[in-house]
Amino acid sequence: MSNNSILVIGGGFAGITAALEAAEMGYEVFIVEKNPFLGGRVAQLNKYFPKLCPPSCGLEIQFQRIKKNKNVKFFTQAEVASVTGSKGDYEVKVKIQPRFVVPQAVDFSALAAGLEGGASSEFEFGLVSRKPLYMDVPFAFPHRYVLDKAACSGDDLAKLGGNEFVDLDDTAKEIVLNVGSIVVATGWKPYDMKKLTNLGGGKIANVVSNMQLERLAAASGPTGGKILRPGDGKAPKTIAFVQCAGSRDENHLNYCSYICCMASLKQAAYIAEQYPDAKVVIYYIDLRTPGRYENFAQRILDIENVHAVKGKVAKVVEDKKTGKVVVTVENAVTGIKNDDEYDMVVLATGMQPSLAGAKLPMNVPVDEDGFVVGGEEQGIFVAGCAGKPLDVMKTAQSGTGTALKAVQTVS
Amino acid sequence: MPEKIGVYFDESAIKPLLNAQELAEFVSGKFGGVAPVVKTHPVLNSESGRKMIQEDIDAGNIDGVVVCGTSPRVDWDVYDFGPEILVERVNLRELCVMCYQNPDGTAPALDQPAPALMVGMAKDYVKMGVTKLVKTRKPEPEDIEITDTIMVLGGGWTGLTAAKFAAQSGKDVILVEKDDKLGGKVLNFKQTFPLDYPYTEAHDTGIEKLIAAVTGMKNVTVVTGATLEKLEGAPGKYTATAGGTEYSIGAVILATGWVPGNTKQFLAPMGYGTLKNVYTSAEFEVMARDGKIPADKTVAFALDVDLCVAGAEKVAPETCEPVEELPAENAEGEVAEASFESKETARHIKYGSEVSSMVALKQANYVADAGGIGMVLYDHMKVLGINEKYYKAAQDKPGVMLAKVRITGVSQDADGGVIVTAKDSLLGENVEFKADILVLPTPIVPTTAVDPVINLAYRQGPAFPDLELFDGFADSNYICFPYETRRTGVYAAGCVRQPMTLATAREDAAGAALKAIQCVSCADRGVAVHPRSGDSSYPVFNFLRCTQCKRCTEECPFGALDDDAKGTPLPNPTRCRRCGTCMGACPERVISFDNYNIDQIGSAIKEIEVPNDMAADGPRIIVLACENDAYPALDMAALRGKRWSPYVRFLPVRCLGSVNAIWVADAMSKGIDGVLLMGCKYGADYQCHFIKGSELCSRRAENIAETLKRLGVEPERVEQVEVAIDDYDKIPGLVGRFVDYVLSIGPNPFKGY
Repeated sequence: MSNNSILVIGGGFAGITAALEAAEMGYEVFIVEKNPFLGGRVAQLNKYFPKLCPPSCGLEIQFQRIKKNKNVKFFTQAEVASVTGSKGDYEVKVKIQPRFVVPQAVDFSALAAGLEGGASSEFEFGLVSRKPLYMDVPFAFPHRYVLDKAACSGDDLAKLGGNEFVDLDDTAKEIVLNVGSIVVATGWKPYDMKKLTNLGGGKIANVVSNMQLERLAAASGPTGGKILRPGDGKAPKTIAFVQCAGSRDENHLNYCSYICCMASLKQAAYIAEQYPDAKVVIYYIDLRTPGRYENFAQRILDIENVHAVKGKVAKVVEDKKTGKVVVTVENAVTGIKNDDEYDMVVLATGMQPSLAGAKLPMNVPVDEDGFVVGGEEQGIFVAGCAGKPLDVMKTAQSGTGTALKAVQTVS
Repeated sequence: MPEKIGVYFDESAIKPLLNAQELAEFVSGKFGGVAPVVKTHPVLNSESGRKMIQEDIDAGNIDGVVVCGTSPRVDWDVYDFGPEILVERVNLRELCVMCYQNPDGTAPALDQPAPALMVGMAKDYVKMGVTKLVKTRKPEPEDIEITDTIMVLGGGWTGLTAAKFAAQSGKDVILVEKDDKLGGKVLNFKQTFPLDYPYTEAHDTGIEKLIAAVTGMKNVTVVTGATLEKLEGAPGKYTATAGGTEYSIGAVILATGWVPGNTKQFLAPMGYGTLKNVYTSAEFEVMARDGKIPADKTVAFALDVDLCVAGAEKVAPETCEPVEELPAENAEGEVAEASFESKETARHIKYGSEVSSMVALKQANYVADAGGIGMVLYDHMKVLGINEKYYKAAQDKPGVMLAKVRITGVSQDADGGVIVTAKDSLLGENVEFKADILVLPTPIVPTTAVDPVINLAYRQGPAFPDLELFDGFADSNYICFPYETRRTGVYAAGCVRQPMTLATAREDAAGAALKAIQCVSCADRGVAVHPRSGDSSYPVFNFLRCTQCKRCTEECPFGALDDDAKGTPLPNPTRCRRCGTCMGACPERVISFDNYNIDQIGSAIKEIEVPNDMAADGPRIIVLACENDAYPALDMAALRGKRWSPYVRFLPVRCLGSVNAIWVADAMSKGIDGVLLMGCKYGADYQCHFIKGSELCSRRAENIAETLKRLGVEPERVEQVEVAIDDYDKIPGLVGRFVDYVLSIGPNPFKGY
């Protein structure tokens, strides 16, 4: 028996795009997203390059499309537990974690504010903590709070138990989906900067990752959009970007992460806008600005206080007294090292496939880095950064093309 | 049009301040017969609340629903009662209770009854909601006989791949190639750099197999030696003329690729055309394919092209130019042939940098394999993403040499070789490279930069509009929606859209094929494509009143409207994106949508209660807010605890382009003191979902000012501001500033009439 529905694993930009494009061709699609909200990495970005437009704009369109199209069904806090069957006829078991709140859009802000428990916010990359009852994603979709029961105190649980919209007895459930084709859109995670020990990742207060800087620049972020040093909350006057922090490095990521050059240029624009007098230095090996992005690069590098300096950063250390960060840049030929001091350093960390060190419960080939490199003959297709590093535009392109392959499998 | 409306209040969304019962009584008193059912529910968005409404529908008591509670952006699934029941949502939670601020700037006290101003605001919104629903008809999709044949323009790598994908989807495909055989530029390739894992070795392109596969498909018709001479009609029912033959087609995939452009001019600064043994990479590839790479020679591949590009700096396009230059009409009313201005510049060499870097590495490998030395002289090695693996492989290859330099000059050596002088990027020293042959990057100039290509028989001209924004590429302005062009039904793929590798073009072809098939399917179902996908309304014209002023045909951002000899608009529903720009443009109110029209919004505006004494009761201000970006920003601001003046009333509009001056006039004659238009950023980096809506609205400001002057009202009472979706924290400031301004100029002189 063949089934003409499609499963999309991952509700980030690639997954949403693939799902919607297939749904608007008239096919039933199920999105399975492990987080409580759709949107993935794009929801964490402040602006897109090169237009410096808000990513939530595109997400809002996608969410509107989902709302209007009954062919799309999505499950959050959900993970694929097992896949059996074959191309055209898969049976997929999906495990859904409890949300502990009613399905409608209840305003829990007052209740949440009164809770004493908390946990580090994954959405904000640990820059702040969040309440146990939370909806920390801007323009959250679905617009529903989620309860992290483990982060609650006893008093919290008592308070929550008394609320008519909270169900502390909610439990995990399993559903079964029958589909003919599967799209893997599991995306990427920022490379763990703690592994970049020579660059002070995760150790030095004023060394942040590029994704953390996105949150620091976002109006919805921990500082309300003001870029401040995490160490002391002061406005930085000098900022260095360290390119290829982990990427193009056999000891870390053995490939280029595609977006970091453009991302740092974009972030230099954030800084130049907020602090026109601040000095920005981008240390790079090659500035990889493909296509017409060249125009954007030129525009940013024309800003008086933004400089691109060719050089590989060998070491980043903290001046404990001042909180400043000392960057050692090595001259590739002479071996002479120069020390430069900055208020803040941004590590342009790369993207690692979410499937690095993880495994989907199905037989899909993955390369040594964790990228999906096959599966088409089984009716399994990869979309977006699960297959290779891409920017958002190319991810949307990939999601659209993948949708056609999935549709052709089930039609 | 609903005749029996049920109005429902969600107590949980408006308590403790607003009293649902009191509002319900107000509605019953005000609307009576139109709203036979008015109810409140403690938690309307719960299962039991939904059931209550459903039961009223099932009992035949109501045929339309007004829900007063949460924002329309949430609980959409709760309040969906099927396609037959129209639902209007009145956003009392976010845009009344949450954002309400007393005139003195304080928040309302929760232990007191709601301030009278808040109750008045709630009543205004409820009245506006009921009125809007009364003026809404359920859109019936237009039934159009369509053909789903896909025409693919360009029989190169991308076009062949797209044709294959479309044909595999069961569509008839007409593949048009200008040369006398299929294959395009890839026929010149010896090899391609790797397309698939493990991404380390160049290999055959597989073009012969691809051609065989496509020509072997029963549903593919290949037309060679032909170009698209004319494309007329609309998605689902185009007539395409190619090679003198007319074809009925549904949609077009544009895969006409690129040309090397004016290499003689643009590569001359690096010796091309003047020095011996200087070739473009495209020419060198042909030599490689033909086995003509001389053995044991040194070949330099220059990737730093600043010598050619310097002086050709990108000039930012003008931001607020008039829409399109329309072809001039001659005395007989015939549209004269529009002149097409080439968009090619030296910068096209740079735009191809990613492809050029990969090609240089591949060709350096050819040279090494022939026993010579391939020297790649680069400043930035642009091998992005996974292609780094190919670069790494090249680094380990004997005979391939890589030097990070900035090229300062090219000259001829006495023995006929080429000398490249350069500055070492790392050491800063001057260096010199001696090579037998110098290979320069081939500029990738999209075919659309030098020719209209799609030759549309459209009122607004034969080519894609605003191509200068994209340096001639038929690209999308949308990062999230790469296939959107401004001509519905035409989807670009491959190097005509962006410089790209074969691997990317392969994926691009699949995406464009999907969009083309999807577009035809939407035309068949009578629904809109992106961004209002699924909307079955379309503009209806009341031609009796049309004065042939041509504003609608000129302003439509998608060129959806043609016109006849007299200038009467000829609508093409399947080209239309339902933005309502035509409706906003029309001075005679000729154009309407079933679910969105002049009367509907105008009547809603008239429901706003305007006190006569501004000094005592405050001004009243309308904010017409773009529903795509400004409206979500308002919601978000309220959810983040922002509050603002109690004197403003928000009304979502489809796009600022749909705002008709009559609404502003209506508001002013009613005594409204100010109108604020909140829409998207416009200019080169526009964010308008309908491309030109917010820009057109700003340009209509003059018309609006005229109208107001005629009425005897100060034009400054109307202002447009740019609000992006993430500008939520700026909302109170924007609103506050405008309210203060209106207060400073005093009451609308019409007040009280």
